[in-house]
Amino acid sequence: MSPLWLLVAIIVFALVGAVLGRNRAVSCVNGNIATLHSRPGYYGSYVLIWTALPAIFYMVAILVAQPFYNSSVIDTELRTGYTQSCDLSLARIEGDADAETPAICEDKEQYETLDTRRALMRSVVESVAIGVSLLDEDTAAKLHNGLVAVRPTLKSVGVALAEDVPGAVVDAANRLNEVNATGNMVLIAGVVLLVILGFVLSYLRVKPRLRARNLVESNIKVALVLASSIAILTTVGIVLSMLFEAIHFFSQVHPFNFFFGTEWDPRFTSAGREGGGEGSFGLIPLLWGTLYISFVALLVAVPIGMFAAIYMAEYANNSVRAIAKPLLEILAGIPTIVYGFFALVTVGPFLHDAGAAIGLNISATSVLTAGFVMGIMLIPFISSLSDDIITAVPQSLRDGSLGLGATKSETIKKVILPAALPGIVGSVLLAASRAIGETMIVVMAAGIAANLTANPFEAVTTVTVKIVSQLTGDLEFNSPQTLVAFALGITLFVITLGLNIFALHIVRKYREQYD
Amino acid sequence: MQDTNPNLKQDSDIRSNPIKMSGEKVTVHYGAKQALFDVDLKIEENQVTSLIGPSGCGKSTFLRCLNRMNDTIDICRVGGKIMLDSTDIYNADVDVVELRARVGMVFQKANPFPKSIFENVAYGPRIHGLCRTKAEMDEVVVTSLQKAGLFEEIKDRLDEPGTGLSGGQQQRLCIARAIAVSPEVILMDEPCSALDPIATAKVEELIDELRENYTIVIVTHSMQQAARVSQRTAFFHMGNLVEEGPTDHIFTNPKDKRTQDYITGRFG
Repeated sequence: MSPLWLLVAIIVFALVGAVLGRNRAVSCVNGNIATLHSRPGYYGSYVLIWTALPAIFYMVAILVAQPFYNSSVIDTELRTGYTQSCDLSLARIEGDADAETPAICEDKEQYETLDTRRALMRSVVESVAIGVSLLDEDTAAKLHNGLVAVRPTLKSVGVALAEDVPGAVVDAANRLNEVNATGNMVLIAGVVLLVILGFVLSYLRVKPRLRARNLVESNIKVALVLASSIAILTTVGIVLSMLFEAIHFFSQVHPFNFFFGTEWDPRFTSAGREGGGEGSFGLIPLLWGTLYISFVALLVAVPIGMFAAIYMAEYANNSVRAIAKPLLEILAGIPTIVYGFFALVTVGPFLHDAGAAIGLNISATSVLTAGFVMGIMLIPFISSLSDDIITAVPQSLRDGSLGLGATKSETIKKVILPAALPGIVGSVLLAASRAIGETMIVVMAAGIAANLTANPFEAVTTVTVKIVSQLTGDLEFNSPQTLVAFALGITLFVITLGLNIFALHIVRKYREQYD
Repeated sequence: MQDTNPNLKQDSDIRSNPIKMSGEKVTVHYGAKQALFDVDLKIEENQVTSLIGPSGCGKSTFLRCLNRMNDTIDICRVGGKIMLDSTDIYNADVDVVELRARVGMVFQKANPFPKSIFENVAYGPRIHGLCRTKAEMDEVVVTSLQKAGLFEEIKDRLDEPGTGLSGGQQQRLCIARAIAVSPEVILMDEPCSALDPIATAKVEELIDELRENYTIVIVTHSMQQAARVSQRTAFFHMGNLVEEGPTDHIFTNPKDKRTQDYITGRFG
């Protein structure tokens, strides 16, 4: 029985239990519902929760734990298998001084020293195990005794292997199947036990004075806590996975060379070859490109966004606002890839031609193109956040200023904007962290050459562009050329996280001023 | 000062002071709803006129007409005439900005700008370009704070934010801010409603002192306050001006049944 069907069974049983619990509550008081502590539905929910939840938690726990247990079983099994085979081979050639080291012993050596090799073998064992479980008993036995070749046999049931595998793997696969079968038994038995136990105990507790409503209520809190912790744990998981790969990278490239290097040249072509050199992984040119483009983007977005926000908040009457604000926010709904080809197809060539007309050499992919288009993308962020913040400035301040004979623009300039400034700064910082993490626009519009240049008409590249190009390369996963993407990723993450925290801090400080 | 003959029929016609502002057949609509009905009210120079009446009676609306603060509300339409000296302030060629410099306003809730105390007071003179030098500005700020009776309490912390003062101090700061542009009329919209009794007493004392130099119109919910600070009182009810006259007449000898009911606490 697969876990999915098991889950369905639990739920169906729990629903039946809920109906029974409700009926018991009603019959306890001979249908006189008013004398129950809670409404009958709560007794139903109470039974439902106690029937389903423990079993579901148990199931989740087993399903989470099983892969860990499985891989440790595979490891032990393979290790002993390899050692045995190697010892056998060595015994066979004992005394023969000219004999080469048997292949199986080299395999064993590799298996014991390389993490990647272990991971690979583990997945091979898993697919062999699936293949074996599909074979009929006869062939499986033959396979077990080494009477038929592994690869063609498994191919006949649709499991493809890259190379033939030693007998140790087949043994491990068989063991894995056994462990899985036992695990399944433990799972089903436990679930059945918990469902029955949960149902019986909660059903028997259903009495008129049972505070079912309060008990159900406390479970709702648990559900809410679970939901929010999933979000938090996911973040932690993402950070950790990036962190481990980045640490892996820093074990191959010195952090000093990464953070302070001014040259970016990962040498894709020579990677993995003898004497090809490591390549240099200087962060500075990429960071410079990122910050430069973001700066240009903010230069475009902040004035336009601010003026739009001031118009929306202070001047536009309700009917204009009702139409213009959603229209402005449509900009926020355009996928960034669309901005990307807008930059590539329209803005880039336009700027190039316009530059040529006045004697400037603007390359089609340049800081200016990417920054300008990214600026347009950021307008709705700034305008919408600033609009909210300006609207939140109390009317009494406007009245105070107007009552002293200030004009509308004087009031905005001297009272409203200074009062809203912390919030506006917060919104600009949020937009900045958006700009720094933006990928698609710069991939298409900024170029891929890592230039350390101050000329806005030249192509530069950004951290995000390099992450994309390093990860889409056809390279071993554990080469520094690939791993650098994680170091870049975590650097970017730290920068945007810092900006966000700073921005939220400022926004919060601003809120306290009026509440 | 006032003729207190109880047999007088038209109190509002007996005046010892020149008229500073007057409303003639003032009507106000908020959208389709009419908030004021043909209000005729004269405001005497260097006197405190209080506007009283139950909530929603139109007294604040009338007050806000006097310096056209109602212009900031989109759906508000004002009809009739409001004269300041001899000009109709709703005339097309009147500059609202200049009008509001002449007719200042203090609001129900103290609303100091989130700036320093000094900058709060200097705000008006600065936007109107009243002071050429720093020294002149200093003098205007200090004088205004002195007139508002606040200077002694805060003279050492003019650089601190105005929002950090106590409620009563904030309200007096707002009065100082209004005085700083040397208005002729000061409108006060329930200036003490958010203050404790001691702060209220200070502000009331101040209002009485300010009468010497300014014409004051004050909206209040407290009849005791109207009796304490004002020389003339106008009673509003459901958008109509019911009765207007010397304060002591209104409180001791109201002519209208509704006024009597209100001041004796039968409704409102």
